[in-house]
This record gives sequence, C-alpha cells and structure tokens, in this order.
Amino acid sequence: MKKFDVNTIRKDFPILSRKVNGRPLVYLDNGATAQKPQVVIDSLINYYSHENANIHRGVHTLSQEATTAYETTREKVQRYLNAEHKEEIIFTKGTTDGINLIANSFGKQNIQKGDEVIITTMEHHSNIVPWQMICEEKEANLKVIPINDKGELILEEFKKLLSPRTKIVALTHISNTLGTINPVKEIIELAHQQNVPVLIDGAQRVAHNAPDVRELDVDFYVFSLHKMFGPTGIGILYGKKALLESIPPYQGGGDMIKTVSFEKTTYNELPHKFEAGTPNIAAGIATAAALDYINALDWEGIHKHETELLAYATKCLKEIDGLKIIGEAEQKASVISFIVEGIHAYDIGVIIDKMGVAVRTGHHCTQPLMERFGILGTIRASFTFYNTKEEVDLLISALQKAIKMLA
Amino acid sequence: MSIQERQDEVIEEFEMFEDWMDKYEYLISLGKELPIIKEDKKVEENIIKGCQSRVWLAADLQIDRIHFTADSDAIITKGIISLMIRVLTDSTPKEIIETELYFIDKVGLKEHLSPTRSNGLVSMVKQMKMYAIAYSTKV
Repeated sequence: MKKFDVNTIRKDFPILSRKVNGRPLVYLDNGATAQKPQVVIDSLINYYSHENANIHRGVHTLSQEATTAYETTREKVQRYLNAEHKEEIIFTKGTTDGINLIANSFGKQNIQKGDEVIITTMEHHSNIVPWQMICEEKEANLKVIPINDKGELILEEFKKLLSPRTKIVALTHISNTLGTINPVKEIIELAHQQNVPVLIDGAQRVAHNAPDVRELDVDFYVFSLHKMFGPTGIGILYGKKALLESIPPYQGGGDMIKTVSFEKTTYNELPHKFEAGTPNIAAGIATAAALDYINALDWEGIHKHETELLAYATKCLKEIDGLKIIGEAEQKASVISFIVEGIHAYDIGVIIDKMGVAVRTGHHCTQPLMERFGILGTIRASFTFYNTKEEVDLLISALQKAIKMLA
Repeated sequence: MSIQERQDEVIEEFEMFEDWMDKYEYLISLGKELPIIKEDKKVEENIIKGCQSRVWLAADLQIDRIHFTADSDAIITKGIISLMIRVLTDSTPKEIIETELYFIDKVGLKEHLSPTRSNGLVSMVKQMKMYAIAYSTKV
C-alpha cells in the first residue's frame, strides 16, 4: 500500500487539473458527487470499446465476458461491505432507487394501517418521500427522531418513539447537510431489541472508507457509487439474505423472472429477483475499477488528512465575521454547512464559482432540516481526500471577496 | 422604446465591463437599489419558487400595457430581474409575446437562465409571457 500523499493522489484525477472561469478548479462539492480517477474512466472506455454486450443472456463470448465482469463487481462489493453472501448485493440505480425498492417491497408487505415508520429530522428527501408515499397508501404514520442544536440525534426521543407499531427505522449514516455521523450501531441495536429492521442510507458514508454491514448488523444498507469515485447511474442495496428472500419483487421485467406465462410468472432467485431489465452494465464493470482503486488506498492516512482539513476549514471559516456554521456535532465527517448573515447563499455560490470554487448552495434536499434551523438554505463545502489546505485557503479568500461585494 | 431597442441598450451598457467582477458589481448594485415590488404584492400567490432563490412577480394591466414588478431574496437574481423588467415592462402584451429575448445571452448571463440553476428566473420569464398571453385577450 502506498502511503497517502495528497499531491500524488490528485494526479489520479484528471479533472482536478482543469480550470473553471480561468481559475484552477477548487472542487468542494464532493458530497454531491466525487470526481473519478483515471482507472474508472479507462474502464468505461474499455468496456464500450472492447466488451459491450448484454449480460445474463447470450451464449456468445462477448456476453459471457461481460457477465463475468459484471458479476465480479458483485463479489467485490460483497467483500468491500463484508457481506456474508453475494446474493445480498443488489445493483440499483442509486441510493434513491434502493430506498424506493425497500419502501415498496418491504413496505407493501409489512406496513399496515396504524403502523409506524421512524426516520430522522436530518434525512435527505429521498429517505423521506418514499416512506411518506407508502405511509399514505397504507394509512400508516411517519415518526421523526428530533435533533439538538448541534445537529445530533436525540437518542432518548428515539427510544420513546420505538413501539410495537414500528415496522422499520430508516436513517442516514452521515448527514449530507450537517456532516453529522450518526450512532447507527446503537440505533440498530435498540431497534433490534424490538425486532424492528433498520435501513441505513450510506450515501455520504461510503466515500470515507468501507462500512462493515455484519459488524453493524444492519438489515438494509443503500448507497450510490458515484459518491465513492465510481460511475453515475449505479448504486447498491445490501440486504440480509433472509429478509430479501421474504419480500416481493419491486419491478417486473426481464432478468427477474424464472418462467412467464399469461397465467402466472415465477420469480427468479436473489439477487436477480430485484434486478429487472438490462442494468447499467458499463457502470457495473467500472465499479470494480473504483473498488480496486479505493481498496489500494491508505485509509489511515486519508482519515488523518480529512480530519485535519475539517478542523482547519472550520477554524478559518469561524474567523469570518457574520459567518455561522450549521451543524457542530461531536462526530462529524468532512462536510461544513454555513450561512453568512444578511447574504443569500445563492449569491455567494455564484460569486465564488467565478473564482473557480465549486460548493453547493441551497437546502441540499433537506427542507425539513432547514426548517428545524429556521433557515432557507446553506452554503456547503464537502471535502474528500484529494482536497488540500491550499484549497481551503482559496475558499476563504473567495468567500471574503464575495462578502465584500455583496455586503 | 421598443423591447428590442431596450435590449440593445442593455447590451451596449454591458460592453463597457472589462471582467466578470465589473459585471457582477453592476448587477449587485441594481439588485440593491431597486425597490421593485410593493409589499402587498409580495404574497404567496405571486411567488415563483426556485430551488435556490425565491422570486415574486406581479403584473398589472395599465390601459393597454403591462406593468411588471418583481423581487427576489437573492441579490444577483434581483439584479437580473431588474434588467428583465427594464426590458419588458410597460409594453403591450402583443410585443411581449412576439419579441424574442436575446439580451441575457448577449451580456453573458445565460447561465443564470439555465434550468439547473433553479433560481426561479426561468419560471419568471415564462410567467411574464403567460401574463402577456392572458392580458392579450383583454386589450
């Protein structure tokens, strides 16, 4: 394993050397999507240049090669998550798709009138709306774990919400807006004491190193590959085998069937039961390249680097007059949301973009969370291992300039 | 002055700016100085929700011309709104419907009218045209 060095690692990402508006790109929107290393880009090009074929169907060589490559990715994901069986790895379109799958399949089967689904105040809309839809359909109720002013879940309130009516708990591992790392292991333990399964939205977690699904004892874990340096349009749903076997298919179509007649269709086994239609094969195969890349990194060094970046950026931001950080949890990933008194987040985003700095502004698809803090939106800088202290300095000077122009 | 003449005037003004800073400082000053909507018009039914910034738009028919007033909570959005109003307000519905808006593109602010910006501006332009269509039956 090569020891982590930020300047060396930056060379793996071709986009990091481009310019934006005449300035070197300072990419601080990793929470939205991460950039891709050359090996992932090469894998996509190689697939379309030399391997393109549909999978799970053809007897011809190309199809078999593509099938093998695609299924190899499944095994790599299994190892990455430390899942027990490879059938527990379902390919989806992304995090949102995975949550919708469980809300529809598990939800339709298990949620009845008067039942309850527990989520949290800091959920992304994609972990709110699918549950709202199934609750509306079944006349069930959505319960929300509140947070404190630092942006941490109030566990005592969660304990009070858990009841025999609770059918599932769905929450994010790391808040995309606040950076809060939730105590998911404890929450899973508490839920399991009442025999309630837990779905974790790992979208923001997976870019920081591998979660261990067996150690967490989590029932469903969903994430997108594009946030972990892989291609867009593909995600993973991990589910415990027995649970996945017990719930019905979500979408019907090719690949998910065993036999079809007009009278009756029998469904395929896991994982294909949940994978109707031709999947994003290219992305599936390129995911293997992303995982190989990630697995070869010095995660201890990265963790140290990301922690230092977070501390340094937090310190520098706090020195700016009128700037307030939203979300100051004790356990926090390298994501910082902030507002500047009297200035709209959008205006700041527009001006600093002119100086090459890419951040996210707005409500970050967490409107209920914004309401909790009494704000309309924030500016969010999200860092990953290829970001540098110099980039933090560029963010700060761009912000100072923007504030001067806008105040 | 016709809508076209007003557009050309704005384009000429923007030609003076040497870099993006000058341009945005001008937009910000426009955004700051204009009280462009009456408080009683700043109501829920006049709001155009963007993901990022909010825009309020009101249109009143004054004899045969439409008078627009608008506002936004983001100052750059407000600056662009004020340009839009300057170009379109007090024109006849027919002229508003028929004239192509090209000045935003020409002055290099096209990115703000991209749907991905979600700042409410795209919807505002659409809404201005809708008002013109609605009022065209009344004049």
